[in-house]
Amino acid sequence: MKLTLGPLMFHWKPDVWQAFYRHIAEQAPVDRVVLGELVCSKRLPFYEALIPDAIDRLQAAGIEVVLASLALPTLKRERKTMAGLGETGLPVEVNDLTMLRHLAAGQAFTVGPLVNTYNRGTVAWLATQGATGICLPPELPLSSVSILAGCAAAHGAGCEVWAYGRLPLAMSGRCYHARLAGRAKDSCQFICEDDPDGLAVDTLDGQKFLAINGVQTLSESWANLVGDLDAVRDAGVTALRLSPHTGDMALVAQIFRRAADGELSASDALAALSAAEPDRRYSNGFMFGTVGADWSHPAEPENTARIH
Amino acid sequence: MRTTPLELVCPAGTPAALRSAVKAGAHTVYCGFADETNARNFPGLNFSRQDMEQAVAFAHQHGAKVLVAINTFPRAGDEALWHRAVADAETAGADAVILADLGLLAHAADHHPDLRRHLSVQAAAANPDVINFYAEEFGVKRVVLPRVLSVPEIAAINREIDVETEVFVFGGLCVMAEGRCSLSSYATGLSPNMQGVCSPASHVKYEHVGRELVSKLGAYTIDKVGANEPAPYPTLCKGCFSAGARTGPVFEDPTSLNAAQLIPQLAKIGVTALKIEGRQRSRAYVAAVVRSFRQAVKATAAGLPIAADTLARLSEGQANTVGAYKKTWR
Repeated sequence: MKLTLGPLMFHWKPDVWQAFYRHIAEQAPVDRVVLGELVCSKRLPFYEALIPDAIDRLQAAGIEVVLASLALPTLKRERKTMAGLGETGLPVEVNDLTMLRHLAAGQAFTVGPLVNTYNRGTVAWLATQGATGICLPPELPLSSVSILAGCAAAHGAGCEVWAYGRLPLAMSGRCYHARLAGRAKDSCQFICEDDPDGLAVDTLDGQKFLAINGVQTLSESWANLVGDLDAVRDAGVTALRLSPHTGDMALVAQIFRRAADGELSASDALAALSAAEPDRRYSNGFMFGTVGADWSHPAEPENTARIH
Repeated sequence: MRTTPLELVCPAGTPAALRSAVKAGAHTVYCGFADETNARNFPGLNFSRQDMEQAVAFAHQHGAKVLVAINTFPRAGDEALWHRAVADAETAGADAVILADLGLLAHAADHHPDLRRHLSVQAAAANPDVINFYAEEFGVKRVVLPRVLSVPEIAAINREIDVETEVFVFGGLCVMAEGRCSLSSYATGLSPNMQGVCSPASHVKYEHVGRELVSKLGAYTIDKVGANEPAPYPTLCKGCFSAGARTGPVFEDPTSLNAAQLIPQLAKIGVTALKIEGRQRSRAYVAAVVRSFRQAVKATAAGLPIAADTLARLSEGQANTVGAYKKTWR
């Protein structure tokens, strides 16, 4: 089972961004890192200059680097950014089919979870175009994952699922951080920077529900499949996506690595994650429940085993 | 300068609504089969195979076209249901199918090359590169643009593509990029992409709590009003929530789209067709909206102004918005 660190979805300060990827290169047992901007093209200039050094460090650590592409490109500037990704020679993650138009001949690519890969026809088409791996949309149930993983394997492509982190639920043309601050998107003053894991959106009863991240809407809960890796492996999944958040992502990756390798039981892995990031509410309902927000494991793990 | 008038594309949830829309002046009607292959898979709506054949015959007799929306994303393992819908639309004599899924587009292009293909708004194709991709790969002839674009952005797109564009001008307003939203399935397990429903009625509850009437979707409170006020339908993205220090409609005010005043501009920038949302609406509503828009389109073609209050009273809630078309979001 491979581990992929997905693209950072949030707007972090450049020094935090730099320190994060240095730490990942040094400490995180991940096979692949998707690096760059997915959510908002206005954020990219803040850390663009830091990307080459991060690539070098990750590659030196034996980690494959895949460049992220934008999820909802509309502007000319954004299309140019995507054309630029096609000139890097590095593998690219396609997060909107726009990117397919900008790939160089023979450039390797994978397909991200915001592309609508729901069925065998779509998997077959993408694999025939040359996709080496597909991260499925998070809302798919295990029954679909199992069929699509088989189809991807038959076409020689890997199949990845969203295994850790707040779930990307929607993209909009409107920036909700800016709207909350009474600003338009073009004059947002990067207020999303204040919420490095997104800003929680609660119901009027105070129930935890969603989170906003600029133009993106996320779940409030952290998706977490660390307790379900046997079922995920049995479905034919070949990679797990861990989505960057504050806290120690290298430790999160270590726990997933040991769980995937059978060194930690499901319950010990859950307990270790809960101990590492105690305030997070988890969900695994898209794959294993009735609604996406469901969580099939005990709310409080009985065992408080810690990772060493 | 344009010589053909804008094409008015109108919703029909039932055969009766289709006949009403055609009689009221719709150039084109769009509808779907009564199953999860279309994105308005609501109880009591949509067309059987026989309905569809009769509806197409009726529309054609009256000089109108029929587009069949097969715009959900086929479920893994059950792709044949969606393939059959495309084949049956062709058999029924549909003028085009409206598709969103890559695999289904590839299937339709391979197996039904003579059936005209439109790209659904559910594909959220929001720039010229991706529209040209769909045109070249799958022979798509028209794209329904997502409701996240401004008028200048649409004008820029039209300059760089050869396919027709269709834009929403009236009805419910998705603030999220269509086809990229799983808010509904996070709360209810049912989603637009997979089941063709959003915030489904099957999961709606209204509860009196003290002096308040609470609208719930699944386990979540989406809105609250006074006990004697009309209860708002708990469409997830239009609800009231708390975020940071603020409480209110975090995602969108309860408005509906009315771009009637923009019709002259849309005509000028080369849009081919105007789309009215609302396959779930009554035939009387559809007929009234179609009649008003047919007037507006006619006025535009004649260079006349459009009545200022066109359709305001038909909108849901109190307020209207031109959505993303004016660049206020940006």
